[in-house]
Amino acid sequence: MTYNILIAGVGGQGTLLASKLMGKVFLERGYDIKVSEVHGMSQRGGSVVTYVRYGEKVDSAVIDKGEADMLISFELLEAARWMSYLKPDGVIITNTQKMNPMPVITGQAKYPEDIITKIKQSGIKTITLDALKLAGEAGSARSVNVVLLGVAAKYLGLDRSVWEDAIKTTVPAKTVDVNLKAFGLGYSVKED
Amino acid sequence: MKELMLGNHAAARGLYEAGVKVVSSYPGTPSTEITECVAEYDKNIIYSEWAPNEKVAAEVAFGASIGGARSFCAMKHVGLNVAADPIYTASYIGVNAGMVIGVADDPGMHSSQNEQDSRHHAIASKIPMLEPCDSQECKDMTMLAYEISEAYDTPVMLRLSTRISHSRSPVEKGERKELPLKEYVKNPGKNVMMPAMARARHIFVEERTKKLVEYAENSGINKIEAGGDIGIIAAGTTYNYAKEALGEKASYLKLGMVNPLPAELIKKFASQVKRIIVCEELDDIIETHCKKNGIAVEGKNLFSFCGEYSQSVIKKAILGVVNEYHAFPEEIPGRPPVLCAGCPHRGLFYALKGLKVYVSGDIGCYTLAAQKPLAQIDACVCMGASISGLHGFNIARGSEQAKRSVAVIGDSTFIHSGITGLIDIAYNKGISTVIILDNSITGMTGHQNNPANGLTIKGDPTAAVNLEALAGAVGFNSVRVVDPYDVEASKKVITEELEKAEPSLIIARRPCALLKQVKHKKALVVGDECIGCKACLQVGCPAISVEGKRAVIDSNQCVGCGICKAACKVGAIKEAE
Repeated sequence: MTYNILIAGVGGQGTLLASKLMGKVFLERGYDIKVSEVHGMSQRGGSVVTYVRYGEKVDSAVIDKGEADMLISFELLEAARWMSYLKPDGVIITNTQKMNPMPVITGQAKYPEDIITKIKQSGIKTITLDALKLAGEAGSARSVNVVLLGVAAKYLGLDRSVWEDAIKTTVPAKTVDVNLKAFGLGYSVKED
Repeated sequence: MKELMLGNHAAARGLYEAGVKVVSSYPGTPSTEITECVAEYDKNIIYSEWAPNEKVAAEVAFGASIGGARSFCAMKHVGLNVAADPIYTASYIGVNAGMVIGVADDPGMHSSQNEQDSRHHAIASKIPMLEPCDSQECKDMTMLAYEISEAYDTPVMLRLSTRISHSRSPVEKGERKELPLKEYVKNPGKNVMMPAMARARHIFVEERTKKLVEYAENSGINKIEAGGDIGIIAAGTTYNYAKEALGEKASYLKLGMVNPLPAELIKKFASQVKRIIVCEELDDIIETHCKKNGIAVEGKNLFSFCGEYSQSVIKKAILGVVNEYHAFPEEIPGRPPVLCAGCPHRGLFYALKGLKVYVSGDIGCYTLAAQKPLAQIDACVCMGASISGLHGFNIARGSEQAKRSVAVIGDSTFIHSGITGLIDIAYNKGISTVIILDNSITGMTGHQNNPANGLTIKGDPTAAVNLEALAGAVGFNSVRVVDPYDVEASKKVITEELEKAEPSLIIARRPCALLKQVKHKKALVVGDECIGCKACLQVGCPAISVEGKRAVIDSNQCVGCGICKAACKVGAIKEAE
């Protein structure tokens, strides 16, 4: 069986590091893997999504509605946007940080209220955390991505050390400590 | 150990291993990373460059091939239109050392202005086209393309798409095969295309196509995978979707070569299955070919000509199965890409907003100014067309219109194909006003150097196009430079130039705010003077919003550019103390 992870966020949030680390870890463990990214126009402050699929043999590189086992969302509205891509028995891990998109800034649209409650009403297992705050505690607001990876790692069934080793060999040397701390803080997040 | 590689990186690796020596490209999503990756090799191993446009890139590759070195050029689908002229005739000439053209389509238009299918160009230019389905095939088929190119005396196209170019999958690396430069032998009958020679070469091309059809039939590049009763014909990413959707329920004819197509192989495949369906994104090229050969396939009766497919699309169309899912119960506001906080283009467009002029737009980050709240682009069709399109618009509507209209074009796009439009205006006595948004980089495709910024693909200093001198040389005598962060000054200069009864060029010059060397100021703050009028929201900056009755500036995003100050009527936006 193929395990499907959808990583959603806002262009510039560093979603690609999470998929890069996943790619490295799963490939090293002998899985077939495909990671699909979108570059170019949608990078700049737009909604961005990365698909990670791994298993014995992976054909398609994309994930469609109702197919993801896990949704990792870097921003709250993006969790609402992409939740339909999740299987009914999938899990959502979402940052509670809110970033207003341009239609909301200009007053053409409203940022929905009580997103978490409304997502939970669907019955989907949902883990929420203030990843920005935890990233700050780790020492850098830019480590939001690794905080979220830390939360996800707990559900991906591999030893914690596997991820920590991947972080050590992937991120720039001077950010290793911050990222390991960020990972640990994410890993310790409890289900609410 | 296999390595996880982007399709584009794998294609670049294929170029390396195939002994390619010359690569010339113009950036274009989703093809850009092939050339960026090649640029990481030492120039004595593979020479690489950014060309001013795709036509030049293809001509450089053509010349290198005649000169005896394996060569390559990469482009996006619309770039192939620009390069079509040399490529169609290079098809007649063929090659000395192998020549491959990488073209990346963008079904779904993630970052493009149309959804054209580049296979039409392969058919029309009678050039064989290979289509890989994952990163390993990107590498393998890149290398195979050179074998075909040299064996059949033809350029070869490698067709990629967003999902192939921008997906990572495992790749087995190999060694580079270093090739000696092939001998150059003068041969006008083959290399000089004028009527007498070209007539003979056209006959050659038709014979070559017959041989390539035999290759398509027998070489194994197109393979049958026997399985269930449903027969699927597919190539590239669509083949992956079909495999994912149908698995053992179907048999597959996987096409690795999408031009020319086999007929006998398809007939053989058709005889082995009960139902035969062509799955192809965009146009019905394989389907039409099958029908022309009397094979009763299904295809676009089940699938759309528009957008990307997926395993779900195929499962629904063929099996009638739909995935279950929970949707969010309310409408979700869109999150379109926007001009970044601190983007110099914003200042210029905010200045234009106050002038209420017709804006002839072009291709680049600044096309985003078409969206609200700036909403400043009236038309945008292709690279370079802002200038020539403005000229036509003003001729149609008269000289008074020319005082209320401008063209806006980025530095790289101007070099690509804006210069000829500028010449057209000067030569034909136009009086249009052209604005070059010079941010010293090719921005939208992810920061590539270009002939206007004085840096090569490797970041080495080189000659920079002097835009002011160039404009003067073609007959623009009124050339002004403005800082787009200074909205009032920009407005004043534009107004003055619009009034002139001669053609004018305004260069709005300030580097992209995302460039590493650009020093940012401290974030601005909103003072107690704020009356909550929301005028600042009209600059469309992602760092400003209004909470309650007061504007708020996000200090994480704001780079202190100050454009929003021009919008604030009460002077509430200021530097932090």
